Amino acid sequence: MRELLTGNDVVVRAALNAGALGYAGYPITPTTEIMTAWNSASIKDKNLRFLQTEDEMSAGFVTIGMIMGGLKAFTATGGPGNVLMQDPLNMVENMRIPFVAVIGQRGGPSTGSVIYSQQEVILTGWGGNSEGYRVVYSPMNIQELYDYTIKAFNTAWTYRFPTLVLTDGYVVKTRQEVNIYKPKKIVKSYPLLLKSEKRNPKKESNYVNLSNTFVTEEEAFEANKVLMDDLMKMKPKVVESELYKKGSINTLVIAHGLVAGAVKEAINTDGKKMKFGMLRPITLNPFPDIALKKALKGIKKIIIVESAHNQLLKLVKEALYGLNIPIKHYGRPGLGVTPEEILKLIK
Amino acid sequence: MTNLKIPKCWKVSSKPHNFCAGCGYPLMYKALGYNIDELKIQNNTFVGLDIGCALLSWDFLNVDTMQTHHGRTIPVVVGLKKTKPKAVGIAIVGDGGGYAIGAQHLINARMRNEPITVIVINNAVYGMTGGQEAPTSLPGQKTSTTVAGADSHLIQGPRMLSEMLDEEVYIARTSVDNPVQMKNYIRKALEWQINNNGFSLVEVLSFCPTNWHTDAKETREFLNRMKKQYPVGEFKAAKRKPKEDASLE
Ligand SMILES: Cc1ncc(C[n+]2csc(CCOP(=O)(O)OP(=O)(O)O)c2C)c(N)n1
Repeated sequence: MRELLTGNDVVVRAALNAGALGYAGYPITPTTEIMTAWNSASIKDKNLRFLQTEDEMSAGFVTIGMIMGGLKAFTATGGPGNVLMQDPLNMVENMRIPFVAVIGQRGGPSTGSVIYSQQEVILTGWGGNSEGYRVVYSPMNIQELYDYTIKAFNTAWTYRFPTLVLTDGYVVKTRQEVNIYKPKKIVKSYPLLLKSEKRNPKKESNYVNLSNTFVTEEEAFEANKVLMDDLMKMKPKVVESELYKKGSINTLVIAHGLVAGAVKEAINTDGKKMKFGMLRPITLNPFPDIALKKALKGIKKIIIVESAHNQLLKLVKEALYGLNIPIKHYGRPGLGVTPEEILKLIK
Repeated sequence: MTNLKIPKCWKVSSKPHNFCAGCGYPLMYKALGYNIDELKIQNNTFVGLDIGCALLSWDFLNVDTMQTHHGRTIPVVVGLKKTKPKAVGIAIVGDGGGYAIGAQHLINARMRNEPITVIVINNAVYGMTGGQEAPTSLPGQKTSTTVAGADSHLIQGPRMLSEMLDEEVYIARTSVDNPVQMKNYIRKALEWQINNNGFSLVEVLSFCPTNWHTDAKETREFLNRMKKQYPVGEFKAAKRKPKEDASLE
């Protein structure tokens, strides 16, 4: 059904339709209304759990607690809140907790600006004392925000890696038309602790004792090996990208999120004439390096466009290591990018 | 305690335990273990363990446990309790985890009257990291970060948490050299959570001979010094009104 909704409302609708029952959070622009909408929903539906916590670390750890009990739960934050959220996220990675968070990027560094940027790519994908054992989706518009928020719960509960939906204040704050549907696939949740009240107390294996501490260096090595192996095994199943073009092209623009939407518009008007197309990573982590390399056939020049100085640029350079292809970069931290600006870059 | 048997919920395969000789933690676990047995809540209990020496007991009992980050144990237990309101949630934290790095969680859990039980092990030092100053270190106490002796600022956790609001909660302080009282207070704290669906906390004054650098006799003496600074007993919520300033009338 098509409805006129803000992105924040869309997140709540997606979470509910994905079977989420818990939310804990701390207010921060631009995602505060996810929290207020969830609170309103929890007044009507007594099955929904809600807690406004004392900070984002608590929000993340309360969400973890809810999930341990078997509930699909999530949180949302952005900017300085995303910085604090790295604390629970690192534990989630270590202990393979099916954790979902929606990140509304705002301009950094520090308190920065409150509405828009793409400066939280590296933080969201690789934050903390970890190696990026996570999945990060970057939806391009409000419809994809709905689609990928639902998908995030399925990914998290299938692979038990934290799954983040990386968006921004422009997407979550504006009201647009969106198709709200019942998802075809919903992965069920299950308790990680307190699985049954009827356990034989004499049998030690009936009790779950979870730790995130490695006693020896070798243990740390082994645990990281398992994490990386599992991540690599998952990668082909979750990695996503879109190649968008009209006719044959010699210039490839790489962009993600809202900026990719502007590039798409530019392609729709002049892409054919000016022979340029776009490869957009939908998962920033894992990064679609294979799809990107494939898309380079016949390409003479790459243009990376992002609302940041050096985030997507880093990821692309890493993916293309060893290939000799010129890269032009257009980085606009804190600012949106228009289709007109894109066309100017191509000329 | 006349009962010399180990609690039924003891996880035998994880013994001998990892704590230092003379540590107070195992004594607290005995008191907690008996209460879990007697209240018949073994299959319905969840223990969250802070980083600090509490982490050494991640598999001490045959109950479901989860160790989390330094200071973040209380939010995890709060969250689990939201999903499983009938379970008994216990957070075991050090004085650093409770009163320093996790203080905001502790204060807010008490303020919101979260139905969990917090056990704070007060050993007047940061044990796990080798005996640095804690918010509970005694005036003049020599620690590895107060080589000239700690200042006189210290935290009265139970008093602060009980007096901060009128709403009754169960808050008590006990010590590991009084096992009967310790078991009794922990019992009351768990019952408070179960029967009143509210917040409870027991601060346990505990031994740390390793970081106090004390022998057996000096260890007892140090605990007695702690008791002078930190009176044991049960604390009441405050029902006080602020005094009006007569000069303004
Ligand atoms: C975020 C973070 N900061 C610091 C540490 C290092 N650290 C581990 S345990 C600890 C202090 C523990 O002291 P306390 O909470 O009093 O517990 P105890 O070991 O005395 O039982 C510290 C500072 C850590 N693990 N995580």
